[in-house]
Amino acid sequence: MKRLLPLFLLVLLFGGCEGRSSFLSPQGPIAAAQSQHFWYVVTVMMVVCLPVFIGVPWIILRYRYKHGRGDYSPRWHFSKPLEILVWGVPVLVVIALGIKLAHATMTLDPYKPLAGDAVEIQVIGYDWKWLFIYPEQGIATVGDLVFPADRPVSFRITSDTVMQSFFIPALGSQIYAMKGMETRLNLAATGVGEFLGENSQYSGDGFATQSFAVHAVSEEDFATWAESGKADGMPFDRTALEALQAQSTRSELLDTLGVSGESVVFTDAPPDLFTSVATDPSRMGAMQ
Amino acid sequence: MSDLWSLVFGRLTLDALPVLEIIHATNGRELASGIVGTTAAGLAVLGALYLVYALTKYHLWGPLWRDWLTSVDHKKIGIMYVVLALVMLARALAEAFVMRTQQALGDGGGGLVSNEHFAQLFSTHGTIMIFFMAMPFLTGLINYVMPLQIGSRDVAFPTMNSVSLGFTAAGAVLLMISLVLQPFSTGGWTGYPPFTEAAFNPGPGPDYWIWAVTLSGIGTTLSGINFVVTIYKFRCDGMKLMDMPLFCWTSLCTSILMIFALPPLTVATGLLALDRYLGFHMFTNDGGGNMMNFANLFWLFGHPEVYILILPAFGVYSEVFSTFSSKTLYGYTALVIATMCIAVLSFTVWVHHFFTMGQSANLNAIFGIATMLIGIPTGVKIYDWMLTMYRGRVRMAVPMVYAVAFLILFTIGGLSGILLANPSLDYVMHNTLFLVAHFHNMLIPGLLFGMLAGYTLWFPKAFGFILDPKWGYRAAYLWIAGFVFAFFPLYGLGILGMPRRMAEYFNGAWFPLTLVALLGAVMIIAAFACLCIQLYVSIKNREALAVPMGDPWDSRTLEWAVPAPAPEWNFPATPEVEGRDAFATLKEGGYDLRAPDDGYHDIEMPRNSALGPVLMVGSTAMAFGLVWYMWWLAALGAMVCFAATVACGFRRNTHRIVKAEDVKAEWEAFCALADTTPRIPRSLEQTTQNMGHASPASEEITS
Ligand code: HEM
Repeated sequence: MKRLLPLFLLVLLFGGCEGRSSFLSPQGPIAAAQSQHFWYVVTVMMVVCLPVFIGVPWIILRYRYKHGRGDYSPRWHFSKPLEILVWGVPVLVVIALGIKLAHATMTLDPYKPLAGDAVEIQVIGYDWKWLFIYPEQGIATVGDLVFPADRPVSFRITSDTVMQSFFIPALGSQIYAMKGMETRLNLAATGVGEFLGENSQYSGDGFATQSFAVHAVSEEDFATWAESGKADGMPFDRTALEALQAQSTRSELLDTLGVSGESVVFTDAPPDLFTSVATDPSRMGAMQ
Repeated sequence: MSDLWSLVFGRLTLDALPVLEIIHATNGRELASGIVGTTAAGLAVLGALYLVYALTKYHLWGPLWRDWLTSVDHKKIGIMYVVLALVMLARALAEAFVMRTQQALGDGGGGLVSNEHFAQLFSTHGTIMIFFMAMPFLTGLINYVMPLQIGSRDVAFPTMNSVSLGFTAAGAVLLMISLVLQPFSTGGWTGYPPFTEAAFNPGPGPDYWIWAVTLSGIGTTLSGINFVVTIYKFRCDGMKLMDMPLFCWTSLCTSILMIFALPPLTVATGLLALDRYLGFHMFTNDGGGNMMNFANLFWLFGHPEVYILILPAFGVYSEVFSTFSSKTLYGYTALVIATMCIAVLSFTVWVHHFFTMGQSANLNAIFGIATMLIGIPTGVKIYDWMLTMYRGRVRMAVPMVYAVAFLILFTIGGLSGILLANPSLDYVMHNTLFLVAHFHNMLIPGLLFGMLAGYTLWFPKAFGFILDPKWGYRAAYLWIAGFVFAFFPLYGLGILGMPRRMAEYFNGAWFPLTLVALLGAVMIIAAFACLCIQLYVSIKNREALAVPMGDPWDSRTLEWAVPAPAPEWNFPATPEVEGRDAFATLKEGGYDLRAPDDGYHDIEMPRNSALGPVLMVGSTAMAFGLVWYMWWLAALGAMVCFAATVACGFRRNTHRIVKAEDVKAEWEAFCALADTTPRIPRSLEQTTQNMGHASPASEEITS
């Protein structure tokens, strides 16, 4: 039984090797803090786990029925010092973990803006693709999420269909996207790189294909990319909007739009598209 | 014509048959998917036909009706619950195997079943495992064991008990029907709107889910009430609450949770039904609906639910550790307090199922800390079980193999649970396979191993012979190894960012681990096969494996004081006990196997009642009618249920008398058998020499 523990750790370490999609090889400050927190919890938890991993085999060997050693006291059922230990240690561990929990939850709050001049990107989830709107650059994309690596990104997220979850594992947190509501997520990359982005909430037939390529690029590359998108992209017209709203995978969408490749850039995004999806006119009060 | 058709059959058409998927297939994967679906449906139909055939051929309809379906004996109802659980387990395991195969083949979009079919698989697998495998299994064990342990003759409301079974079975039947008349929901076991709303899924799928879950929820609520009243009111003389076996304590806490946790689920599914059937806007995207309310209601039920599932298993483990260590339980009071703490705390943590919904960090932190708090009493329990073995004499009988594996594996599951309790960590692991690994890590070594340990432990009490140990060990080791191989890779996959519920993927890095997980699933199927073989072999050798004296494991609680199988009236006279481990105390003083102190008396037992099976048929018909819009059938079913319930209220002749002579004859024969049956030491426990007459462990062990 004791062998299971190393096996488990091995699986975890194996998980750490792969770059693009794991927070354990973090590509941004949020994921880095999460990775560090992960190992902190695992380590502290060993205080309560190791006694089980070691104690159980030891007890069943020492007190085994045949040829067992150690005394036999069938009525023994209470010991004050042990009782204090058995309750006390878990309490201390939970205190140690709880303080860290509270701290990490506040500092890694996805709504909390990161230091620096953030790029705003509006995200709308459709069946089964994401639309990324760059209000400052005046463009929008499907399939590619591009941002400058040395600036934080502030995502404003909503959905024009069922609930989805916007997730870039290598950078850290995810957050739900819900119709008529806006959620927020602040992430950043530590350097130039390519990561996997996905929807992690099952949303129907095309769910598995609802991923996107995340590119953290240099400031200049970003500017060039945005300008060429503005110049050479597709217009965001009615057809485009209807195609987005239809139930289709990204590649079906691109076929409809007559675009080859994995992604498309629109030259102009309707400035109020995001707000109109993210607010529900029938909900009277102010809702975030 | 079509008007007539829809008047009779509602929206049910031939398209509901899974063969259609084969006919309409446009590529290899869809064809395979159709074949898998048709085979499954075919198996279900063949199984049902065979059952009808066998019952007719061997003239068993009468006995089935008289001795089982209409019986209100808590022991028979318990057995029927467990049979239901095992049948549903077989189906849900087969589905799990297909899912694992699909994910191993799904790299690059290939595979065995279509995306839609895969979604139905995880939805039925999850729904069945929770509502129609785990719940019936634990309800069955509680039903069989708890009244015996507290020295009662039955539960408080025997007919209601049969009604609970009827509703649960109706839900299960609905799920089996959905295999043949498709489709089932694709919304997962949680059925989150707006995905399950008419705007996105107008078909019958979500309706199947709604009614199956609602029926089982009603059955469970009634069971909870029944058990709580039984424990409060039907304990035998001298059994104080703090003297009850721990299994009764966990049954009590589970039942309290059932009473309080199931109503939010019924409300949630009811409101969703209003949206779907009558155009309400509770959880819709438009018209002011808000799906967040569903998430709250669902998990207000869902989190206590997982403790409903785990607590009875904790009870089983407590009995197992104590029995197979020949020692009284360590820290009884602490275990009771811990169980109660868990029960109360389980209502304070539901938000941790959706930390990522955008609420404030403060709120998340509070719910995260509340979640961690549950780790304290749970940890205490683990240590108390270890200390129960400490200074005992540990016999690795089959139930103990499950129990020891549980201690280690459950601790690992606890570790991953504490990780997920951190909102900031949940943000990167939520909705990934890490979460799937975590809850299977709790549910398989925790719940399922506990149920299997209990099944092995109490089987001889129910049927009079022990289960073949050789196949029992094979099954147990395969379950353990299979679990490790099937689910530890999922921790890795989750950390690699693989979302749950994914039929196909386009990331080669995920492939190797899905293959390992498939290997694990193969082992688990083999484990289940071993369980079936074990049952077959044991029934064949039942004479040799018989334990008529009823105490095969040298146990400590009252259910072992009576013959195996337990007589219908449980005890010749209601027992009088003192202190914990009531039967162990009796044995030590030589007071077991005695005639009742003040002689034999007539015993009043409840008569059979057809209400349970009638409500089962009526509510199945109603639900089926609602799913397919056959309004006449729904109305008819509802009327049958109503009429049967009212008619039942007019019954006067509800009890029958078992004569004192008969009780006396049976009990004296039992005591006489004791004189001729040798007592055996624990070393012969798992052999054919075990007749259920134990020699006291204290005589054997000298240290
Ligand atoms: C014993 C072998 C089992 C295997 C191989 C297995 C396998 C699986 C698989 C492959 C999934 C889908 C994972 C995904 O979303 O990608 C799943 C989901 C699930 N399983 Fe199991 N499972 C097993 C036992 C159980 C048991 C014993 C329970 C509960 C008592 C259970 C409850 C669930 C639930 C609730 C889901 C989630 C369904 C959903 O996504 O809505 N499983 N399981």
